[in-house]
Amino acid sequence: MKKYAVILLNAAAVFAALLLLWQGLDLALHVPPYMLPPPLAVGRAVIARFPSLMTSLAITSEEAAGGLAASIVAGVLIALIFAQSRWIRRMLYPYTILLQTVPIVAVAPLIIMWIGPGTASVTLVAFIICLAPIIANTTQGLISVEPNLIHLFLMHNASRLQILTRLRLPHAVPSLFVGIRIAAGISVIGAITGELFAGSSRVGEGGLGYSILYAAAQLQTDYLFALVLAATVLGFAFFFLVMFLEWYFLHNWHESARTLTDE
Amino acid sequence: MSADVQVPQITLTGVTKTYGSNPPVLKNIDLSIAKGEFVSLIGPSGCGKSTLLKLISGLTSATSGDILVDGMTPLNARETVSYIFQDATLLPWRTVTGNVGLGLELEHVSREVRQEKVQSLLELVGLTHVARSYPRQLSGGMKMRVSVARALATRPRLLLMDEPFGALDEMTRDRLNEELLRLRAEQNWTAVFVTHSVAEAVFLSTRVIVLAPSPGRIAQEIPIPLPFPRSSETRESPQFESLVTEVSRALRGVHAA
Repeated sequence: MKKYAVILLNAAAVFAALLLLWQGLDLALHVPPYMLPPPLAVGRAVIARFPSLMTSLAITSEEAAGGLAASIVAGVLIALIFAQSRWIRRMLYPYTILLQTVPIVAVAPLIIMWIGPGTASVTLVAFIICLAPIIANTTQGLISVEPNLIHLFLMHNASRLQILTRLRLPHAVPSLFVGIRIAAGISVIGAITGELFAGSSRVGEGGLGYSILYAAAQLQTDYLFALVLAATVLGFAFFFLVMFLEWYFLHNWHESARTLTDE
Repeated sequence: MSADVQVPQITLTGVTKTYGSNPPVLKNIDLSIAKGEFVSLIGPSGCGKSTLLKLISGLTSATSGDILVDGMTPLNARETVSYIFQDATLLPWRTVTGNVGLGLELEHVSREVRQEKVQSLLELVGLTHVARSYPRQLSGGMKMRVSVARALATRPRLLLMDEPFGALDEMTRDRLNEELLRLRAEQNWTAVFVTHSVAEAVFLSTRVIVLAPSPGRIAQEIPIPLPFPRSSETRESPQFESLVTEVSRALRGVHAA
């Protein structure tokens, strides 16, 4: 625990030093505030526009969380199909790679054209971007069961369903969490990207991506910085939430989740 | 095991196993194992001893020949058979109790009956104090003990073991060997045991079968007439020594050929 406190303290010190440097540079070089607002100005913007900042944050987190949750459900279902046979995997796996390689920025306008601007489209963009890592990792977890464990189940005349529910699925949980960890980070990026295109269904009120565009157009650089900060915090929050869930579900038996408590 | 000895529990007749177009792993095996016997299979690697075990369990099927277990095909006889693997093959997400009860659970035994059986088994193998532990908290010997308890939980008539104690240190292995014989005396199953250790084979068995490689075949059968119960003193007896010598000699003959 002490070790973590030291790490945290170090990080905080670096952060404080960077803020000081930033404020100092702004003062020394007379940078215009619309180019690079000093940290104090950003702080003031956060306080002054706190309600609208929180509204944007809430909208974006809902979209990102919705996309992530949907991708977990759909991804696990697709992985279950993939795990049925090598033949199915060979046939369909290229499409998951396609899902990963298609630039989401290019697809987002299409989705908005089809569904219309607003939360639904943005959630869909987040969903698409999250899907591939969930499918790939879960499939891997489902099929990488040690052969002797399968033999053990077969020796007890286990049904296919029993092998799935008592062996393959629990065995895949750590891999699923690897997928969720990756997806959680990019779900926020997906939602913000979506918002850049989809904007908002309500005028003047939208998620972080929408507000970033708006603030940039208005040259409200201090608020723009506040929004970027909020987006970063949101990404972090998602990441730590997943880490916590992973620890909660796996710390009894799996190595990946133990390092948090044992070190 | 007086009258029982004559009743065959496993019979293999002209069994050959080939994988693809490779030369046969096992060729023309004739083998009969009686109820109550403890038979060890020993031989150099590639002699097909593990394959023989897989054939008896039905995990793989013979290319030609007949295998009968309790008068049934290996697949139909599975209910009465338990298999112990080289590694403990425990489910890491289940406690010791959950692991020992796995077989019963898969065979749809009710929760109350299961709890009772698991409880008494844990007592039998001396695992009660770790009942709620997870496998990662156990030593190699403990894990293997859980694996044995799980295999015995379904009350098998036949126990197939594929080098179960191969990865353990010698002291742990000796102790587990003694425990295994104690359990056998109480529960009366037949055993087929694959091992690399001559001393282990002699200590446990009523009969040792030496296999020769390429193709796998039975080279020699050596009865082990050491009296039961056997203990650590058995290992120090001159009869034990001479049997170990005999099996080692047979094994050397196989290697030289």
